[in-house]
Amino acid sequence: MSLKREIGFVLNGVRTRATVPVEMSALSMLRDVVGLTGTKYACGEGECGACTIIVDGVSACACLMFAVDCDERTLTTIEGLARDPLGEKLEQAFVDCGAVQCGFCTPGMVMQAKHWLEAHPHPTRDDICRGIEGNLCRCTGYVKIVDAIEQTARSGPGRT
Amino acid sequence: MKVIEKTTLIGKRIAKLDAPEKASGKTRYVHDLDLPGQLYGRILRSPRVHARIRRIDVAKARALPGVHAVLTAADVPYQRPLGVGKDQLPLKGDKVRSRRDEIAAVAAETEEIAAAALALIEVDYEDLPPLTDPAEALKPGAPVIHDEKTAAPAPHESLKPGEPGDAEAHRHNVAMTFDYAQGDVAVGEAESDVIVDDWFRLHYVTHCCLGVSGIIAEFDSSGNLTLHSNTQVPFLHKREFAEILGMDPGRIRIIQPPIGGGFGSKLDIYPFEPICVFLAKATGRPVKLVFSREEEFVASPTRQPVLLRLRSGAKKDGTLTFRTCETLHDNGAYTSWGATTPFVMMQTISSLYRVPHCKYHTTAVYTNNPYAGSFRGYGNLQATFAVEQQMDKLAAALGLDPLEMRLRNAQDPGETTQQGMHFKTCGLKECLTTAAAASHWREQHLAAIAAQKTPGRFKRGVGMASMLHVGGGAKIYPSDGCGTILKLDDFAHITLMTGASEIGQGSETVLAQLVCEELGIPLDAVTVVNNDTDITPWDVGVHASRTTFIGGNSALGAARKAKVKILAAAAKVTGVPEAELELRSGHIVHAASGEAIMSLAKLLRSLHFSDKAELVMTTHYYEPPSQHQDKAFKGDVSAAYAWATQVVEVEVDTETGIVKLVKVTGAHDVGRVLNRLGIEGQIEGGIVMGQGYAITEELIVQDGVVRNPGFRDYKLVTAPEIPEMDIHFIETMDGEGPQGAKGVGEAPAICIAAATANAIANATGVRIYELPFTPEKVYRALHAASAAVEPT
Repeated sequence: MSLKREIGFVLNGVRTRATVPVEMSALSMLRDVVGLTGTKYACGEGECGACTIIVDGVSACACLMFAVDCDERTLTTIEGLARDPLGEKLEQAFVDCGAVQCGFCTPGMVMQAKHWLEAHPHPTRDDICRGIEGNLCRCTGYVKIVDAIEQTARSGPGRT
Repeated sequence: MKVIEKTTLIGKRIAKLDAPEKASGKTRYVHDLDLPGQLYGRILRSPRVHARIRRIDVAKARALPGVHAVLTAADVPYQRPLGVGKDQLPLKGDKVRSRRDEIAAVAAETEEIAAAALALIEVDYEDLPPLTDPAEALKPGAPVIHDEKTAAPAPHESLKPGEPGDAEAHRHNVAMTFDYAQGDVAVGEAESDVIVDDWFRLHYVTHCCLGVSGIIAEFDSSGNLTLHSNTQVPFLHKREFAEILGMDPGRIRIIQPPIGGGFGSKLDIYPFEPICVFLAKATGRPVKLVFSREEEFVASPTRQPVLLRLRSGAKKDGTLTFRTCETLHDNGAYTSWGATTPFVMMQTISSLYRVPHCKYHTTAVYTNNPYAGSFRGYGNLQATFAVEQQMDKLAAALGLDPLEMRLRNAQDPGETTQQGMHFKTCGLKECLTTAAAASHWREQHLAAIAAQKTPGRFKRGVGMASMLHVGGGAKIYPSDGCGTILKLDDFAHITLMTGASEIGQGSETVLAQLVCEELGIPLDAVTVVNNDTDITPWDVGVHASRTTFIGGNSALGAARKAKVKILAAAAKVTGVPEAELELRSGHIVHAASGEAIMSLAKLLRSLHFSDKAELVMTTHYYEPPSQHQDKAFKGDVSAAYAWATQVVEVEVDTETGIVKLVKVTGAHDVGRVLNRLGIEGQIEGGIVMGQGYAITEELIVQDGVVRNPGFRDYKLVTAPEIPEMDIHFIETMDGEGPQGAKGVGEAPAICIAAATANAIANATGVRIYELPFTPEKVYRALHAASAAVEPT
């Protein structure tokens, strides 16, 4: 029905090719074409951050990106943090600090925190709040999310 | 011999058992599930607010390649009314009564094809006069929203006869009425030295669960239906689905994938759920139906908007004399749980403080607006907003400190209110004094009053509010029970099968904790199964802050049975009398010395090779010691009650009207803290939800149309806006609660709006009776010549 294009990108360290309709979002590609469902749809207009991924080192809402714009880029999703030292620390801190309730915002929150901590390794709590202000959480009231990011920062953000 | 010290899990900071999966993105929510052969469902909704359907033509949609079914009401003559009021069919055939009404549904091979098919459906409407103001809807001659001449629909089982579904009342657009009285208001009025009388207007907000609504329906070859559903009440919904679909409830299985937020929104059954089943039935394929965010805003329930008039009186010494309360609830087009929130509201009116004389009346009115469901706190935010503002107004009129005013009227443990609520434990006075002390209440409050008249753009003030809410289950349904099955395996691993649903609040972890505490085993030795009606025992659902209390007592019962069995067997094997044995860290130990005698795993393994093992325990916690309210709404609805006081400090920018929540000091009577990490999370999240209700959130509904169906225009609180929080737990050790605990889920959201109103009044001298406190509203109130100025 619609025009399709074949694109290539590095996804979580793996060279990947996909054929996608030109109007498809990167979010739909990740979830429906590649089959990685850790990146969540919650608003579709870049207002909630649940679909946050890292594209060429910058955090982005996958719902706002066309899949075809992923061509020749390097993408990291929540699944890619399993082997990332900072990602692992963050995930563990989210667990230990009680930063997870329903969990739907959590992957996006962790992704944003990872991207943001890499640029701001010694943040204050206010800095952290600013860093995640584009990510909505309806359950936790954010306190424990900020705790988790702060604890991760204090422990040294994954630099070996 | 190894000595094992006694340890406890109670009150510790325990990470949630489901958190690692969620934090790593591995959790599969309903949105993440796909079944082989699955089709995608979409719903065509009415673009009209109130109209007759003249004609629906689906021929073009049916002809689209990839479309497997297009259904309208004509295709499902077997459909039955659904929801609390049983006043709507899943697919509407004759008339639409609100913008979200379901006209047709499509199942197609892709979501894109389904969307394209919807666009090909032709519908002719004949517009009817819209009714979007509840006061207008009550006027004689107003258009009638439910004008069918069909028999009055059967009311929900939990509702008393004659309330909803009254055909005569429907002809006047009345969905429900509620009346309650105690004492004689005339006597109270005569005894009053001061009387306050105000109108309060409460707005629309909605749940905004991050995970949008969704369901997958599939039939097997024998006609058994499996639903992958986010419902909060799976066992009740089996019966509801069976009624709507005309099938045997025993053939319905509900599997609950992890729920991406609930907050009450998933307590009722909604049209999209049976519609998805119709599509699965029509196509013989699994069908998945997931909302868009816009659809979630338009077609899921709201918190009920209320126009409320409250009158309260007091004597010179501060003793309350009477209260009268009249409310007008905008029911929306159909009756869901929102219409029944007066059950809870009247408890706050009559029993948060001692009031000898009370009269309460609610009319819930049909309009063509979105319809209201249940939402965390269930009417209590609205009632508390009014009651707690008037406590401050009475205090000001009498020259009393608001804290003193409240302490003079606060309930005590052991009291039974005139409404019949019995407070076996009650920490209200302790909540008041603790929150006041921690927030330096008296100094701050007086300093703000003194500063009201001084120049300065930014004004600070403090406000307090308290709340009473059910904390030991709620007698809403004929039963408030929960069942548990506990299985001990031959490696001392335990499977806890509970009817109680995890909704993100952490019940799974708390239930595991209670069982581990009883059996002296580590948390990682427990698997909780809580998501499949074919496996788990019955439960009435996750709502009313009941799961820790009811599900917890049920789980504890099973663990106690297991403990008796284990110790009896251990005594037989070891020769040590039962009374001298204890279970610690997966071992049988001498209670006195702590010396380990044998591992629990070894004992259990030996039992598995005996013919009398029976290592599966079943229990239920069925009827907590409370009773249903009678027809006059008198009775003890919960086995325990939760209390709280929250002090809010605000900063008001008098030039912009921006209200900033600076700090919230909370004291919560929670019975006992079971999981400190979890309970803090509940309270912090509740505070911020309350903050949104008070300041930032409003679902703007104009002429029946939701004008801001997205997070861009519906403002949720973000991380930089949260207040500093200082939370104190009052542990009253409830005798009926599991390990002394009471429910806490809803409590923290209830006081914030009321306390914020009082804080704005303390900061500026201006009281605002309408939510939310947006900059525009606050600015207008501060700068209006007619603004009601608080006497100080």
